[in-house]
Amino acid sequence: MPPTVSLAVARYRPEEESEPSVQTYEVPFRKDWVVLDALNYIKDKLDGSLSFRWSCRMGVCGSCGMTVNGQPRLTCASFLSAEPPGPIRVEPLRYFPVVRDLVVDITDFLTKLKKVKPWIVRQEEKPLAEGEYLQTPDQLDAYKQFSMCINCLLCYSACPIYGLEPTFIGPAAIALAQRYNQDSRDEGSAQRLEILSHHDGMWQCTFVGECTKACPKHVDPAGAIQQYKLTSATHWFKTLLPWGGR
Amino acid sequence: MSAPAGYTPYHPRWYRRRVSVWWWLESRSYAGFVLRELTSIFVAFFALVLLWQVRSLAQGPEAYSRFLARLQTPLFLALNGVALLFLLFHSVTWFNLAPTAMVVRLRGKRVPDLVIAGANYAAWVVLSAAVAAILLRG
Repeated sequence: MPPTVSLAVARYRPEEESEPSVQTYEVPFRKDWVVLDALNYIKDKLDGSLSFRWSCRMGVCGSCGMTVNGQPRLTCASFLSAEPPGPIRVEPLRYFPVVRDLVVDITDFLTKLKKVKPWIVRQEEKPLAEGEYLQTPDQLDAYKQFSMCINCLLCYSACPIYGLEPTFIGPAAIALAQRYNQDSRDEGSAQRLEILSHHDGMWQCTFVGECTKACPKHVDPAGAIQQYKLTSATHWFKTLLPWGGR
Repeated sequence: MSAPAGYTPYHPRWYRRRVSVWWWLESRSYAGFVLRELTSIFVAFFALVLLWQVRSLAQGPEAYSRFLARLQTPLFLALNGVALLFLLFHSVTWFNLAPTAMVVRLRGKRVPDLVIAGANYAAWVVLSAAVAAILLRG
């Protein structure tokens, strides 16, 4: 008998049940398998009705974020062999409404992301004839870390503030705002500061720091938010000075 | 046609889990975070004691010795002991978080986290030593 491992998977079939339930599956235990492989085995061989999102299998697309043994993780990067013995609990991402089984609705995040203008804002575009916007390696370095975000939403799922205050704009959206603020080609930081200084913006964050721990791409959203707070506070102090102006 | 709106492919019935009041007991880091937030109460307590001290100092030597006697009661000794523990926790956790919030760039390179945290600790030691020197000399 080849070794097996059991997966306790959260199921939610809205047409049948009003609350999620848990279904346990036995899947082959293979050293090179991640949780996503096990889920795909279930879908292909054991129960075709199980729903979950996935795409690239290599930590780039950000689709397969789920709660594995209580922690928000990319299932494509969670090896079966690294989990403690006993059934591996697989649940949908916390704090998002569950559509079905392991699929959550992320509309809330997409709306918030758009609010922070995650694109390069220019007062005036340079004519094409003048060529591209050049950037030094140091200028690239200033924002590169924040640009690694894959919108997997593990940080939202790790953030108790987002769970308690669903209007909070959230870690990834603020980190992405910082990604453009720090970009030497961008001129939109004043517009973003206006949006993120509001009640639901950066000041909701109380620096739990879990978003940074959960982030699979080392974006450090908690750092981005605290640095942004510092910028915002400095900006505010400057407006108090007689020569500061607004 | 008064049947409640049921599940249809175009009308998803989401399931939203409520956040438990005990969410902060779910993991050690959440509990540590809540504990760190609670330390603010003890910071405020120390600030109030300091204000009280200044007030009694202004009221004259008699009031000040009354203040000192009050501080030596077991209740205040215990309170101050607990407050000191919380303040140490407050300082250590915030010093450790400082490198995340403060990005210092020197000649285009980011100053390592250890250096920033270390500088904070060094400033803490120097200031504490200065305070201790002033107190012990008096």
